[in-house]
Amino acid sequence: MTPYAVSTRTPASSVALTLGIALVVVLYVAPLFASRGLIQDLFFILTMLTLAQFWNLLAGYGGLVSVGQQAFVGIGAYALFGGVILGAMDPVAAILLSGVAALVLAIPTAFFAFRLQGAYFAIGTWVIAEVARLSIAQWKALGGGTGTSLPREAMREMMLTDWIGTVFDVRASAARDILAYWLALTLAVATIAGIYWLLRTKRGLALAAVRDNMEAAKSVGVDASRMKWVVFLTSAFGTGVAGGVIYLQKARISPDAAFSVTDWTAYVIFIVVIGGIGTIEGPILGVLAFFLLQSLLSDYGSWYLMILGLIGIVVMLFAPRGLWGLISDRTGLQLFPIRRRLTGGKIED
Amino acid sequence: MIWVDTLVQGILLGGLYALFAAGLSLVFGIMRLVNLAHGDLIVLGAYLILVVVSATGMNPIFAAAVAAPVMFAIGWTLQKVVLNRTLGEDILPPLLVTFGLSIVLQNALLEGFSADSQRIGFGALETASVPLGPVTVGVLPLMTFGTAVLTILVLNQIFYRTAIGRAFRATSDDATTASLMGIRPARVFATATGLAMVVVTIAALYLGTRANFDPSIGPARLIYAFEAVIIGGLGSLWGTLAGGIIIGVAQTLGAAINPEWQILAGHLAFLIVLLVRPRGLFPRGKD
Repeated sequence: MTPYAVSTRTPASSVALTLGIALVVVLYVAPLFASRGLIQDLFFILTMLTLAQFWNLLAGYGGLVSVGQQAFVGIGAYALFGGVILGAMDPVAAILLSGVAALVLAIPTAFFAFRLQGAYFAIGTWVIAEVARLSIAQWKALGGGTGTSLPREAMREMMLTDWIGTVFDVRASAARDILAYWLALTLAVATIAGIYWLLRTKRGLALAAVRDNMEAAKSVGVDASRMKWVVFLTSAFGTGVAGGVIYLQKARISPDAAFSVTDWTAYVIFIVVIGGIGTIEGPILGVLAFFLLQSLLSDYGSWYLMILGLIGIVVMLFAPRGLWGLISDRTGLQLFPIRRRLTGGKIED
Repeated sequence: MIWVDTLVQGILLGGLYALFAAGLSLVFGIMRLVNLAHGDLIVLGAYLILVVVSATGMNPIFAAAVAAPVMFAIGWTLQKVVLNRTLGEDILPPLLVTFGLSIVLQNALLEGFSADSQRIGFGALETASVPLGPVTVGVLPLMTFGTAVLTILVLNQIFYRTAIGRAFRATSDDATTASLMGIRPARVFATATGLAMVVVTIAALYLGTRANFDPSIGPARLIYAFEAVIIGGLGSLWGTLAGGIIIGVAQTLGAAINPEWQILAGHLAFLIVLLVRPRGLFPRGKD
């Protein structure tokens, strides 16, 4: 008799894991053969993917529908600029400061926002992000309302750029793009792996239970408010780091851009919903769909945005579980399975 | 003296915010619907009035009366065809659908009217002022405030004195039981949104005559409106007026200290109220 075993792995997920690792390896060596334009496109996709995964963790798993994630992108980006301009730090090292700053902002935000429910939570987080934007605009040392740029010397002396320049035989600006791309790739991979790991632990099980039915989860001993804290702080940290990486590549910042609700929250929500909320596969699919739409239609200006808005409405009304929901409903496919299944064992007569 | 003046200007500004918020408060109170397109609908109303005014040359107030039934029809259809499908426990569907709508509206207006800022002319009324005790106030801000009070008075009468108002309250409390009593929630909701759009038209009149507007200004108005609604408490229209006044006074006080602090002061007032009263000042019932 085979012993009972609990497993989450499926044949499809084993194949996905192998292909995923191969894809990551290819992406790491991509600067060898990819053009600078492609590297910049990939950078955009990877950073948006990271933001989408964290928003999905927050809303899709934690049930915390925040409209204020731009607060953490902005504060992360400004912490990086502050570290470099005022503290003469290396820009790459200053990324850590981005995460810490986001975490520091997230703690009072959570104390305040967790008192609010549903729609109030959404609006409350949005107002906090606005307060952060307006407060940062008062910080004259970092350019006030008009913003500032990273100093040239700091960019020139940034760690690894010389080495990348020599190895790939490219100019300093292209070397910086490659460095930023590697950072974004590392962040995206760590994010997906980290979230997948979290969801497969006991905490992840608790999280899914809270998402499905808070009262039932509480009745079996899950500390729901602690799970909210874990999810909110993790998302804030990750979003802050992503903000740092994004603005390291842009090298120019202003409060309106860094705290933009459209760029860092609306598009991110769009990506998650199009792809499929509450799954890890969803945001991956969603960011690819978003990028495709953008490259096909961005020449049409306001028509592009109108189409984007209409697609969002149609998907939410007719396929609320997104593209990945449509696929997995038909095929039963799961690339990142988290459901525990009982295998082995047999009922003896 | 300057402080009295600031305070009075703040209260009058609060009237404008209460007008922005009254329609939102109605919809939010009855169906818990977070309408992120509310600000853009106000801007749409302003363009509609502008079109009527420039086509016929009539007084903006009459133009608003022409625009109101059109806005009612837009709101009714929007609720019946689209928004009713999004209602439920989960707040994400209405959030995303109305956000999509907001983007569509902004860009459609941009395509139709360009990004140039516009203004609805109100003739001599724009600059007229009257002495009011120790201070002098503009006629237009005073009219705005008066209209806000009147609008909320009428809405409250509809809410508590008419059959449709009873239906609003019943569906808001318990849609299932209400439908057992012969009320059709889908229609009640559509009527509520239609009514909210009439209020939006009134707000649009003052938005358009008071200052310049362009297709992109909706979301900023939306955030003030939401603050007013939440400060006031769910379902309380007088609360919404109080919320609008708090935001307005905080903004003018902030601006009097440092012009850059105007918006910030309004947001901080909102956060402080919520910190003390997480459900607003005058919540009507259970959320």
